[in-house]
Amino acid sequence: MTVLGPRTGSEAVALYEKNPQAIPLAGGTDLMVAWNRGTLNHKTILDLSAVREWRAIAKTETGVLIGSLLPLSELQKDPVIFEKFPLLVQAASIVGAWQIQNRATLAGNIANASPAGDTFPPLVVYEAVVHTVSPHGPRSIPVREVFAGVKKTTLGPGELIASIELPFLKQNPDRQLFRKVGGRAAMTISKTAAAGLLWLKPDGAVKELRFALGSMAPTVRRLRAAEKFVKGKKLTPEIVSEALELLKKDVSPIDDWRSTIEYRLRVSQNLLEAFLLGHVPQR
Amino acid sequence: MSSAQVGVSVERLDAPQKLCGTAKFIDDYQFPGGLFGATLRTTIARGRITKISFDASFPWDECVIARSTDIPGANNVLFIEHDQPLLTEDLVMHPQQAILLVAHAQRVKAAEALKHIQVEYDEWEPVLSIEDSLARKHVIRGEDNVLKTCLVEKGDIEEGFAMADFVIQGEYRVGHQEQAYLENQGVAAWVEKDGTITVLGSLQCPYYVHKALVKIFAKPVDKIRIIQAATGGAFGGKEDYPSIIAGHAALLALKAGKPVKIIYDREEDMASTTKRHPAVIRHKTGVTKEGRLVAQDIEITIDGGAFATCSPVVLSRATLHATGAYECLHVRVRSTAVATNAPPNGAFRGFGVPQAIFAAELQMEKVALAVGIDSLELRRKNAWRPGTLTATGQHLKDSVGALKCLSICAAKSRYAQKRREYARWNSKRSNPTWRGIGFSLCHHGAGFTGSGEVTLASRAGVSLSQDGLITILAASTDLGQGTSTIFAQIAAQALGLPTSLIRIETPDTAMVPNSGPTVASRTTMVIGGLIERAAHDLKADLLKASRTLPRTQAALKRAAKVLCDGEPVKRYEVQFEKPADITWDDQLFRGEAYGVYSYAAVAVEVEVDKLTYEARVRQVTTAQDIGKAINPRLAKGQIMGGTAQALGWALWEHADFRGGWMRNSQLTNYLIPTFEDTPPMDVTIVEEPYARGPHGAKGLGEMPMDLPAPAVVAAIADATGHWFSQIPVLPEKICHELLRKSP
Repeated sequence: MTVLGPRTGSEAVALYEKNPQAIPLAGGTDLMVAWNRGTLNHKTILDLSAVREWRAIAKTETGVLIGSLLPLSELQKDPVIFEKFPLLVQAASIVGAWQIQNRATLAGNIANASPAGDTFPPLVVYEAVVHTVSPHGPRSIPVREVFAGVKKTTLGPGELIASIELPFLKQNPDRQLFRKVGGRAAMTISKTAAAGLLWLKPDGAVKELRFALGSMAPTVRRLRAAEKFVKGKKLTPEIVSEALELLKKDVSPIDDWRSTIEYRLRVSQNLLEAFLLGHVPQR
Repeated sequence: MSSAQVGVSVERLDAPQKLCGTAKFIDDYQFPGGLFGATLRTTIARGRITKISFDASFPWDECVIARSTDIPGANNVLFIEHDQPLLTEDLVMHPQQAILLVAHAQRVKAAEALKHIQVEYDEWEPVLSIEDSLARKHVIRGEDNVLKTCLVEKGDIEEGFAMADFVIQGEYRVGHQEQAYLENQGVAAWVEKDGTITVLGSLQCPYYVHKALVKIFAKPVDKIRIIQAATGGAFGGKEDYPSIIAGHAALLALKAGKPVKIIYDREEDMASTTKRHPAVIRHKTGVTKEGRLVAQDIEITIDGGAFATCSPVVLSRATLHATGAYECLHVRVRSTAVATNAPPNGAFRGFGVPQAIFAAELQMEKVALAVGIDSLELRRKNAWRPGTLTATGQHLKDSVGALKCLSICAAKSRYAQKRREYARWNSKRSNPTWRGIGFSLCHHGAGFTGSGEVTLASRAGVSLSQDGLITILAASTDLGQGTSTIFAQIAAQALGLPTSLIRIETPDTAMVPNSGPTVASRTTMVIGGLIERAAHDLKADLLKASRTLPRTQAALKRAAKVLCDGEPVKRYEVQFEKPADITWDDQLFRGEAYGVYSYAAVAVEVEVDKLTYEARVRQVTTAQDIGKAINPRLAKGQIMGGTAQALGWALWEHADFRGGWMRNSQLTNYLIPTFEDTPPMDVTIVEEPYARGPHGAKGLGEMPMDLPAPAVVAAIADATGHWFSQIPVLPEKICHELLRKSP
């Protein structure tokens, strides 16, 4: 095994260009599983852990830039992220366990593109933007467009994630929700995971709904049909039950050894229903 | 007189090494010039191997390959029977069966070599379920696929049903459970210059490995030596399987002329080693309208897998616990262990009792519902007490703490109040959860079943060296449960010395006598008792040699000079003696099934989320009669650990077997409880002393695993109104059932 150890972002890009087969290593929480299974033998690893410039958090007028290599445990401690993006903090706090959160990074999570990535539903409802660098220059991609399928991204050859930008919400949501449903209380892969933001008009009609589900399709999904349907409407039981039907349009859950289609769908609907009817306690 | 050493929470002797990481587990040992072994395994469930071919491109000259034809003695792993080959010759009985072994100087190369061997099969349709095996879909073993049957009868079952006001039937099912010890299976083996085959490894029962290897290598008993390394848990999973992996490593070492280490990774370990037996248990119970049990007709079937291993004795223990801790006039228990084309199931904490108690306790709930009385009241009316005549005709005299455990647990858990409180909570529709509480009671026969302890004739002792060092000699292994500390406490108490002056000999068949296996909740009660006797023998000699009892290392050294009389050590060994009043008929299953029983009651509180159907255990309250806690902190640790393991079995642990394979043989997809899933536990130790146990101690290790599962199911029923008869009760099952009832 060959390990390349760049110390700056530009060094990383240059080394990656020269070694296009190299596998980038961020926190290593997924990569080390492959290492233990011996599937990385004879491979080249691009170890990014010494690239300090990608571990910082920067605040701008319009949002927060999270360095791609910032460990999830650090992310949770940032007061601005904690205040403005609580769903992401909640998601980060239930990834694996503390030991994993000390290593795992947002960028590693994104680049790994698991259908069950815990941080994705919040990133998608916050409409995060992924900033990348490559020999062809920098690029900014809406987070949902990064995911191309199970463990597949739209990142090009030689392209590395430098930061993730979370734009501030124009207005605080009236309701918000994050809920991961896994096999047990910790160290578990989700069966479904939901993130929701809801803004209401003074008359109680929906101004905007953003709702995303993880583990319910090859990639994280926004519930476009349901979001569009409830816009401008009051959330009566009839409207909510129609929205629950529309949920199915944007997801394609599967039966596997972690759960069943029936369970995943029903629980996702339960979460959306409770959220829309205001039955989820707000902090 | 020095202060008490027994009944106090002495610090574990191995705590510093475990905390600082200096304890040496098998993979911490390096063998310069040694090789790493890997195992080629079958990929079909049943058939015949027709061809094995080796890729010409692979450098096979760097490898050592061992096959069944290299075995010097018998190609079978002697346990209760000798039906299991060390390496299959050509008949395939289950997936993951070992075919041949490869060793290489590099660990990765050994594993890689396996990918360059192709095995071709003539594949036959396998028998994969209890039902198919009983129906003899194919006969895969003997004439009828049956590994063992047992029968217990008391009174006349038809007469019993004739007396009954109600007759209640129930069927209960449980699946596999993985032991999930922290440290995977692993051993190293080498051949000494004098031809002695030596094995060092992660072992539960060194003398079992010894017995198997004597036959495999056709060696005299003194030319096989088995040594335990620090061992990271076993729970029964290292009772019989180490004989196989030790046989494999030793065979490669013999052929290579070099030390060979085999360490399984988690996937290989979970896929190929033993699990708890799946079972189907049917109850038919006759009861009077006052709630008196008058007939218990019980049928148990367990899935043994492809070879016998422990199944016959798991079955007999399940049979002897089938009634639950209840007295009934007329009893019939018929039980069968059947063969299937899956890896053999084996020992796991509880050893048939968790399966039996799961069914018995849920049946009690069902009976209580039918009769219309509270299930605690039903238990109280029928529970064992002094004077009880059990199903095997055993008269219980003393140390019967069942009712005491029941009342303590009912009071401390506030069971009755909680039932009402939760009913109120559940009646409020806006509450986000359903809450419930469930209860169960059990007994656990301590020590080997029937005449097992007499047959074992275990030996243990203490020795005094010329330098005045006192050493405990026993083959009992410390697997993390604290055996070494308990033994030192018992010996120290007998000798009037502090525990710190006692050392423990490594369980090494060249150094310690055969104390039998470290299983069956027998170690403290039986071997601890032998050590106490031997320590008293030593004490008597010390008193003779020095008039006052030596209390310091220097004084011990002076006394040792006299007692050792020029020899390096003086050994005091004793052997288990059959108590005169205990009799057992192994054909009829009549008599004293166990010398004594331990008892426990548990209340489990759960909360089921209405959105996600996840059942979370909020609180466990338990009272367990173990005779005497030699070390209360270690005893509570055993109770809490066993309870957590049982909660895992009840709620999460689903071994996904398809085609005879465990498809989720990884800890990412086979979920065991984490600390976050483990509830607060209120543990009360009840001490109804057993006259023959050291300081009154009886069995403890397994019982905590026996009883929580049915209490979890009862709590879920209390919460949701639905009775599940099969575990694990996954959220998917709760979801499905609730939607079926009210879509």
